[in-house]
Amino acid sequence: MPQPTPRHEPNLALHIEDLTVAYNDKPVLWDIDINVPPGVLAAIIGPNGAGKSTLIKAVLGLLKPSAGHIYLHGEPYAKQRRRVGYVPQRSSVDWDFPTTALDVVTMGLYGQLGWLRRPGRAARTKALSALEQVGMADYAERQISQLSGGQQQRVFLARALVQDAQVYFMDEPMAGVDATTERVIIGLLKKLREQGKTVIVVHHDLQTVATYFDFLLLLNVRLIAQGKTSEVYTAENLRAAYGGQIALLQTAQIPQTPPTVAETV
Amino acid sequence: MFEFDFTLRNVMLGAALLGVSSGVLGSFALLRQQSLLGDALAHAALPGVCLGFLLTGSREPLPIFVGALLSGALAAGFTMLLTSRSRLKTDAALGASLSIFFAFGLVLLTFIQSRSGSGQAGLEAFLFGQAAAIVPSDVRLMAVVAVAALLTVALLWKEFKLLTFDPQFAASLGFPRLPLELLLTSILAFAIVIGLQLVGVVLMAAIIIAPAAAARQWSDSLGQMVGLAALFGALAGVSGALLSASGRGLATGPLIIIAASLIALASLLFAPERGLIASAYRARGARRELEQQRVLLDMYGLAQQHSDPSYPSESGMLRALYGGSPEAQLRRLEAAGLAEHTTHVPGEGTHYRLTEAGWARAEAALNSLGHHA
Repeated sequence: MPQPTPRHEPNLALHIEDLTVAYNDKPVLWDIDINVPPGVLAAIIGPNGAGKSTLIKAVLGLLKPSAGHIYLHGEPYAKQRRRVGYVPQRSSVDWDFPTTALDVVTMGLYGQLGWLRRPGRAARTKALSALEQVGMADYAERQISQLSGGQQQRVFLARALVQDAQVYFMDEPMAGVDATTERVIIGLLKKLREQGKTVIVVHHDLQTVATYFDFLLLLNVRLIAQGKTSEVYTAENLRAAYGGQIALLQTAQIPQTPPTVAETV
Repeated sequence: MFEFDFTLRNVMLGAALLGVSSGVLGSFALLRQQSLLGDALAHAALPGVCLGFLLTGSREPLPIFVGALLSGALAAGFTMLLTSRSRLKTDAALGASLSIFFAFGLVLLTFIQSRSGSGQAGLEAFLFGQAAAIVPSDVRLMAVVAVAALLTVALLWKEFKLLTFDPQFAASLGFPRLPLELLLTSILAFAIVIGLQLVGVVLMAAIIIAPAAAARQWSDSLGQMVGLAALFGALAGVSGALLSASGRGLATGPLIIIAASLIALASLLFAPERGLIASAYRARGARRELEQQRVLLDMYGLAQQHSDPSYPSESGMLRALYGGSPEAQLRRLEAAGLAEHTTHVPGEGTHYRLTEAGWARAEAALNSLGHHA
C-alpha cells in the first residue's frame, strides 16, 4: 500500500536545504539553506557571480543541482509548476522574434493549456487584461522589437501575471528600465504581496532594496544572511556579501548594527 | 515528349515538397540562430547514404533515406555532446562535426566507387543532386517524409514557437527542452533527406536558410513567416526545375539554389520595413529632416536676435552659419510653406524669411528639444 509522500515544510513558500550547484566542477552555489515564508516581497542580492540567477534556475529545475533539495509550499517544483510564475532576464531572449506583445503574454498560459491545445479567446482575454495591468494595453498588437526596453520588461511581467501563480521568481526585472516602468513594476509586486503571494526578485540596486522589499537573501556563493529587511540589512552583512565593492555605497544610510527590537516596533 | 514531361513532373513535385518542408523547418532553424545546423546535418548525411548503399547493395531510396537520417542524427548528437562537455561554442562544434562526417562520407564514397563491378553506384549524385534520376517511388517517399515533418510542426506549433522564442521559460512550464530540441532537429533532417537527390548534400544549406531569411523580411508574425517561407521554397524548387528543363545541360539542384538565393537577395533589398533600400531611404529622410530643421532654427535664431519674426536672413549669412550650402534646404523649406524668399536691398543676395508656419514649427522643434522659447 503506497503511502502518500508527506509534504516537507508546507508552511514555507520556499524551502531550500544543502543546495550546491556547480558549473564544470566550480561551485556557483555552495551549501545553501533558505527559508522564505509566504506573503513576502523578497530580494536576492549579492555581487556579480554570486549565483543569484543560478539560484532561481535551480529552483525552477532549469539546471541540475549537485546536492540538496528544494521545496515550494511543501512540494518539489515538478509538482508545483502551475503555482509558480517566472520572469527570466529580459536579455535572455531575442526580441527580434516575429511576434506581438499579446502573443508573448499568451505564452504564459501555455503551461495551463498543456500539450497540443491552442490558446483560444479566453486566453486572449486573460492576456489583454494582464497587459492592461502593466499599462501596456495600447501595445497589444505591437511587434516586440519595436518596444522599448522598459516596455519589453512589462510584457514579460504580464506574461508572468497570466500564470496566476502563488510564488513568483523574477530575474532582474528592474535592470535597465526607465523610472515609469520601475514604478509600475514595484506597484505590481506590492499588489501581488497584498494578494498573499510570495514574490522573490533578483535585485541589483542596493539604494532601493530596503524601501522596496521586506525580506532579503544576501548571497555570495554561500548564503550570507536571510530574514526580514529590518534585521539583515546591515553594513556588516553587506560588507560580507560584497567585500570591497561596498565602498561604492553610501554606507551612512545603512544601519551599522541591527536595530533593536524596541526600534523596529 | 511524354517521357520528358513525366520526368519533369516528378522533379517539380519533388522540388516543391523540398521547398515547402525546408522553408518551414528552415524558419525555426533561422530563428533559433542555428542556420549552420542545416549545413552540418546535410553534410553529415553523406556517410549514411554510403552505408545505406553498402548494407543493401542497392540505390533504393528507403535505406539511403534511413542511413542519411541516422548519420544526421548522430552528427547532431555529437555536436550537442561537444558543446555541453567541452568549451567549444556551437558554431565551432557544428563546423567540426560537419567536416568530420563529410570526410568520412567521402572516404566511403571513393571506396564504393573503387570497387570493380559495382557500376550501378553513381552515388556521387548525392553530392550535387541529380534530379533527372528521380522516379515516382522517390517522389512518393519524399511526400511521406514531408507530410510527416509538416504534421509534426502543425501539431506542436505552440510548443516549438515557445521553445524557439524562450527555451528557459518553456522548460520552466514543464515542456522538456532537450527532447523538443532533438525533435525539431530530427524533422529538419527530414527536410534534408527530401533534398538529397535534388540538390545534394553540398548545397543543401541554402535551401534551408534562403526561403526563411527571405520570408522574415516580409513578415512580423511567425505564422506568416513560416507560410511565406514554404511558398518561397516551393517557388524556388519549381522554377529551378522548369529552368533546367528549358535548356540542355543545366543542372536542377544548383538552379533551385540560385532561384532561392535570388528570392532572398530581392527580399533583403526590397522588403518594405526591413529591406536595405527602405531603411536607407528612411535614413536619408531623417537626415534631410535634421538638416532642414537646422536651417529653420538658424533663421529663427537670427529673427529673434533682431526681434523681428519676419527678419529676412541673407542666404550668404545662413551659409556661414550652416557651414555648407543651405540652398537645397531653403528651397525645401519654401516648398513646405515654412519660409519664403524676398528681396531686401536690390543688388544683395537672396534673402529668406520665416512664414508664420515656419515660426511655429521652429518653436515646436525647440520645445521638443527641451528648450523653451
